[in-house]
Amino acid sequence: MTDSWTVAGHTFRSRLIVGTGKYKDFEQNAAALEASGAEIVTVAVRRVNVSDPSKPVLQDYIDPKKVTYLPNTAGCFTADEAIRTLRLAREAGGWDLVKLEVLGEAKTLYPDMRETLKATEVLAKEGFKPMVYCVDDPIAAKQLEESGAVAVMPLGAPIGSGLGIQNRVTIRLIVEGAKVPVLVDAGVGAASDAAVAMELGCDGVLMNTAIAEAKDPVRMARAMKLAVEAGRDSYLAGRMAKRRYADPSSPLAGLI
Amino acid sequence: MTQDPGKGVMINGEHRRVAEGTSIAQMIADIGLDPAKVAVERNLEIVPRSTFGEVMVEDGDEFEIVHFVGGG
Repeated sequence: MTDSWTVAGHTFRSRLIVGTGKYKDFEQNAAALEASGAEIVTVAVRRVNVSDPSKPVLQDYIDPKKVTYLPNTAGCFTADEAIRTLRLAREAGGWDLVKLEVLGEAKTLYPDMRETLKATEVLAKEGFKPMVYCVDDPIAAKQLEESGAVAVMPLGAPIGSGLGIQNRVTIRLIVEGAKVPVLVDAGVGAASDAAVAMELGCDGVLMNTAIAEAKDPVRMARAMKLAVEAGRDSYLAGRMAKRRYADPSSPLAGLI
Repeated sequence: MTQDPGKGVMINGEHRRVAEGTSIAQMIADIGLDPAKVAVERNLEIVPRSTFGEVMVEDGDEFEIVHFVGGG
């Protein structure tokens, strides 16, 4: 039984997207990626170190020919900064598929939706395929879609918080209303959180800190892989109805 | 006669001097970077990688040279 999802014409089998930040070293990052089964990794765009250009780089450990690099705009607080960053990313990597995030403030890293919408429109006009980090607001998600987002990626909780999916109602409403893939981006802490996201009908989950800051990142990466698969199956299988009281599983007839 | 002072440029916020007649490809090679792994912005405009060999460095140019690093 194959299960896949498609974003902007690219089809993937894994529904888990993992970040490449906060790992102890590149070896651990590569091992966690392998265990996660992810086919897409997020990467940041930063200045090269012109004083010491011989230092190892991410591409030496994670091959962009085998894994799709999804460049992000982490650290950008205006539409202009994010657009500038992604123009450079497109030139560096040659990919149109990008992750847009325009942050509103450092304390919460909540998205600035006004700037995010502005950037989405410009990027879509320039031929980018923006997957967009956003608030868990069904109306904002629709507006993003209208502006050219190829995927909407509501937060489950603040970036790096590990608090889990805080508002299942709004995530589900976004899923129901969207014609593009919906991925929970940010907030996952444990494997159960990833399963919840998938059970709500999301097309995928994006995470970084939950794996990178686990005591055993490689094992947590595997747990996340299994949780995403389990959550997806659980969603597709269709859960039982909830009852207010007990209902015995063993027959009442033939009791001695 | 004074020596050729070269061109004064900014690369990632650092002052540098490069010789007369240096292309962007040459400048990247002199720094020790692999052109396939970087992107270059010159005075806020992207320089397509295919033109690195033709575009000459001018006095006062401001460059941003970026690559991919780990991120979420």
